[in-house]
Amino acid sequence: MRSDRREDRTLTIVEALREALREEMQRDASVFLMGEDIRLGGSFSFTLGMLDTFGAERVVNTPISESGFIGLAIGAAIQGLRPVVDFQYGDFLFCAMDQIVQQAAKLRYMSGGQVRIPLVIHLPTGASGRGAQHANSMEGFLFHIPGIKLVAPASPYDAKGLLKAAIRDNNPVILCAHKHLYGSKGRQLVESSLSTEYVPEEEYTIPLGVADVKREGRDITVVANLLMLHHALNAAASLAGEGIDVEVVDPRTLVPLDVETIGASVRKTGRLLIVEENNERGGWGAQVAAEVASREFGYLKAPIRRVATPDVPIPFAPVLESAVVPGEERIRRAVLEMLEAPGEPPQGGN
Amino acid sequence: MRITRPQQPERKDLSGFAENLLLEMYRRMLLIRRFELKVNELYQEGRMPGTIHLSHGQEATTVGACLALDRDDVITLTHRGHGQALAKGVPVEAVMAELFGKATGCCRGKGGSLHVGDLSVGALPAIGIVGASSPIAAGMAFAFQRAGNRRIVLNFFGDGAVNEGDWHEAMNLAALWKLPVVFLCENNFYGVSTHISEVVLNEYLAERAAAYRMRGVTVYGNDPITVYDTVREAAGGARNGEGPTMVECLTYRRGGHKRDDRGSYRPEEEVDAWFQRDPIPDFREYLLTDERITPEQLDRLEGEIDAAVDRAVDFALSSPDPQASSALEDLYAE
Repeated sequence: MRSDRREDRTLTIVEALREALREEMQRDASVFLMGEDIRLGGSFSFTLGMLDTFGAERVVNTPISESGFIGLAIGAAIQGLRPVVDFQYGDFLFCAMDQIVQQAAKLRYMSGGQVRIPLVIHLPTGASGRGAQHANSMEGFLFHIPGIKLVAPASPYDAKGLLKAAIRDNNPVILCAHKHLYGSKGRQLVESSLSTEYVPEEEYTIPLGVADVKREGRDITVVANLLMLHHALNAAASLAGEGIDVEVVDPRTLVPLDVETIGASVRKTGRLLIVEENNERGGWGAQVAAEVASREFGYLKAPIRRVATPDVPIPFAPVLESAVVPGEERIRRAVLEMLEAPGEPPQGGN
Repeated sequence: MRITRPQQPERKDLSGFAENLLLEMYRRMLLIRRFELKVNELYQEGRMPGTIHLSHGQEATTVGACLALDRDDVITLTHRGHGQALAKGVPVEAVMAELFGKATGCCRGKGGSLHVGDLSVGALPAIGIVGASSPIAAGMAFAFQRAGNRRIVLNFFGDGAVNEGDWHEAMNLAALWKLPVVFLCENNFYGVSTHISEVVLNEYLAERAAAYRMRGVTVYGNDPITVYDTVREAAGGARNGEGPTMVECLTYRRGGHKRDDRGSYRPEEEVDAWFQRDPIPDFREYLLTDERITPEQLDRLEGEIDAAVDRAVDFALSSPDPQASSALEDLYAE
């Protein structure tokens, strides 16, 4: 599918997301878009150009009123519309947490299946040099909530197919994309083999709940998503030069979680390292570790390890931020330790 | 604490109202009263699980508001929602069975007292978090506005909601976008034990509508005719694209906040004044000022209602419990 790569179809994540949104709005008149500063495209240009194409009836600029407009989107979805809500920063979703956790996630369940809520929320997530309150890894918080689906694309190809599937899903879907990967408005784009890629013009969707092996390898499985996927791919490329063959798996969707693909990889490599940007305590990686430990214990040649942000908020100073947020070097070191000491518990911290 | 006394407006001639409508008002008010008293009895006997928030005393507000709507209009309910569900037409058996947590309940036993409702008759299953239903009501109205279908949404909330952020956000969005909503405040003066005058400086809560450039009106809520007329006008405005109205109905709960609360924090003087203005006998007396309606007719209705409530209890008690496996169903739609 990707053999016909052309330069002009090499997109960033945000370009792929916009393309998906545009296609879905053209395809289905019940899809509409809401968010703050929508004429500017929001903070990461997800909504850029949509107002001009679709007009103010379908591209609605909102007050700074997150709980209000998320609740409004829930009501609109109950009555048959398919809202896509843009958040400038994922962090602002906390202002709407009752609407997310108690309403969107539960109204179908507690009504015995009377309603469906086809709602998509787009959240820029993760640390990006903006201090503690614009740096939450939202996926870590949202992973715990039954009743929503949680999607976290890390590559442009996946972003397009997953957003299209999310918009067609009949449930609340939260899509997190990392702030360092949009590559819009001249912002810093963390580069890897997948930070930009060929995205086909034609129609495709990617089902929610299917992981993807981004790099095949024999020695160790690294499960990583969002920005961490790119650090993992870069670490794998550098470790290849040292004769270490790393397999990199992107879960792509956290709810539902594809433990089968991850398990198959671990059965092959016998080692599992999980890399996540959210705080370590209760992060999604803990669930992956538990699933693999209970299903694939007999295949493990070494204890499962996790690399995550320690349990502190994100500090501002660049040197401090990179001290806590996992990067390529921490991943490399963890892989080396796991391969050097098979069967031994890891020494020290992460 | 400020004591607001019931001030019944001058009664108007009922000849302008269809006899059917008047009898239906009385029937639904009575249904709520008998339902709530029966539920209270079942709880006190320990036969019903969970917790309950009874709405008896507030029947005139609830019924007057719901009957002022068209069949296709939608309401959102509060934690004190049994009456709202019954007033909008959710079958009494399905509400009773839901309170017993039965498979035949309106929410298949997953909702309980705090979440009764049936969207197929326009009653979105109740939202038990104070204030949280208002943005959702605005959103349903947003969909109706986009569809141009002239349907409207009536958002029930209590006096306790007006200090919640969600409520203010919804009031602003609805006013800003002229959404077809009626914000209906059942002001019974108490958020659990706290009197409204302890937590706001407004004499009337509908004053707050003006801050959003929304129409706001406060009426006596123990007369269903007054409530009906007021909501009818507000609903008509919403339907015609004039935007939302806040209607505050002053009423009083005859029970406590919930089942184990006797409401002893309320001053006797206030309780006496409001209990003397019981909406059910008051409306009966009012109805009998109309020459079309006879005491025999109303007596017969009362008998029918008692039988219907008894049948609902029998139905609920003889209904099956939900299958344990259904606890894992209804989370995601296909």
